[in-house]
Amino acid sequence: MDLTVQRGECFGLLGPNGAGKSTLIKILTTLLLPTSGRALVTGYDVATEPFQVRRRINLVSGGDSSGYGVLTVRETLHLFSQFYGVSGPVARRRADELMGVTGLAEKADQKLSSLSTGMRQKLNFARGFMSDPEVIFLDEPTLGLDVEASRDVRGFVARWVRERPDRTVLLTTHYMVEADELCGRVAIIDHGRILALDTPTALKRMLPEEPVFEFQVSATGQDLEGLREIQGVRSMSHHAHPATGAVELKVVVEEDDVIGEVLGRLKGLDRSVLNVTKMEPTLETVFIHHVGRGLADEEAEDGDGV
Amino acid sequence: MESRLKQVLAMNLAAVFARAGVRVKASFRESSWVIGETIFPFLSMSAFVLVYRGLHAPREYEGFVVLGGAMIAYWNNVIWGMASQFFWEREQGQLQLYLITPVSRMSILIGMALGGIAMTTTRAAAILIGGMLLFHVELPLSRALPAFGLFLLTLGAAYSLGMILSSLFLLWGREVWHTATILQEPIYLFSGFYFPVSAMGAAVAIAGSILPVTLGLDGIRQVFYGKAAHGLLPLAWIPPIQVALTLVFLLVASVMLRYMENLGKHEGRLTVRGD
Repeated sequence: MDLTVQRGECFGLLGPNGAGKSTLIKILTTLLLPTSGRALVTGYDVATEPFQVRRRINLVSGGDSSGYGVLTVRETLHLFSQFYGVSGPVARRRADELMGVTGLAEKADQKLSSLSTGMRQKLNFARGFMSDPEVIFLDEPTLGLDVEASRDVRGFVARWVRERPDRTVLLTTHYMVEADELCGRVAIIDHGRILALDTPTALKRMLPEEPVFEFQVSATGQDLEGLREIQGVRSMSHHAHPATGAVELKVVVEEDDVIGEVLGRLKGLDRSVLNVTKMEPTLETVFIHHVGRGLADEEAEDGDGV
Repeated sequence: MESRLKQVLAMNLAAVFARAGVRVKASFRESSWVIGETIFPFLSMSAFVLVYRGLHAPREYEGFVVLGGAMIAYWNNVIWGMASQFFWEREQGQLQLYLITPVSRMSILIGMALGGIAMTTTRAAAILIGGMLLFHVELPLSRALPAFGLFLLTLGAAYSLGMILSSLFLLWGREVWHTATILQEPIYLFSGFYFPVSAMGAAVAIAGSILPVTLGLDGIRQVFYGKAAHGLLPLAWIPPIQVALTLVFLLVASVMLRYMENLGKHEGRLTVRGD
């Protein structure tokens, strides 16, 4: 993988599970050594100058929480600022600001043991910004957060980047909307290789003029994977819609005519078609085009595990 | 160059105090810990005092038990608060947050040690004072200063050993629970927490002296009770041995930390939980 992220960029890394996103972030944050090759962060080699790198970076991993149950929110933020040499007054000011934007201000003096999981995740997110890093690595930062909290987090990142043009964000996410909204450039990676790299707009424009249809079909019926075998179907993805329980099916076809065959096959699979829409290109369709499947498929498969 | 050095020192010092502060705050906020670390050791200690009293043993033996009871609180803290801590941090996904910081890992460990000592001192003092008041155990206060000096040397060596164990426990993974248990109850026996360690026989007692608490406790008893303490080694030998142990343990801890971190960076062990 050969990749350069410019200072001041908000850069997105998209890829299926096992693509190497988190491994790349662990290498760049000095938690793992590269098996070969070289990685530089702010000009410093992660393998030979880790302390120089660490002074300038921070990391937020979504789904994780930080701190100790006996400490309050304010004390936790202060604790982690002390590992970066942030002075007391600056730490207090930053903690107040971050608690404000993440909705933790009212909980400032509550112990972590009394916070909900979502609140603890927000705290973990705020912690990452306490050192005002030159480069922040956001690894699935909104994983597990509710819709409103995710929106707050995205809003904060957008503002942080806007107000600090010399700061850099490297974001991995499963949510295409997030990458589309925040990132100036996006790389789609799989098996440690870059499949596509450009601005979200350019990536969408680069898609071949292949029609993409979105179906809503009934949850019951036979397996949908057989649709891939239809001649003229380029790729497809499907997952259960969390609210309606119906299955959302996206199909990329060579020509509009192929959709008739898809509808016929769906009928044969005992799937009722509730709705059909022809879609405009999104980052998700770009992803499906390059990887051959959607991220939602992977989540559904992961959910089947024990 | 000099200002950069000052900056690094200040940052590491702040990290030491910050990490120590977590434990100091915790010691006043977790009432269950007070019960587990004060009341239960106090009950064990009381049982031994009553056994000695029932056997009409010399009164010094009751003093041995009270001093041992206080020292047990520190040893438990070394095992559960130092040795196991990095393992628990990793299981909570928190170890990586320490490892990406620019401070020395030794600063974090020293912070944990100082905080642990501060936290445990309240428990140990409660056991000591409780034992003295309840069982009328006499400790000659005129010898308190040299005893305190030896006690500090013992803590230095014991917590340095805890630093080594913190890396080892991280490498041993889920066996940590058994390892901690092995280092708890048997050590109560081999360190002579409730009796003069020389009673175990010279070979066993000297083997047990690799643990700083064994020699430290033996020395402190000698300071307070002289020959009645049935000391294992001459008292004059003990302070230099404790200093030497501290230096060796600190050096080994530093090497172990580097080894653990390098191994983790090659194999991904520092961020993978539950291996």
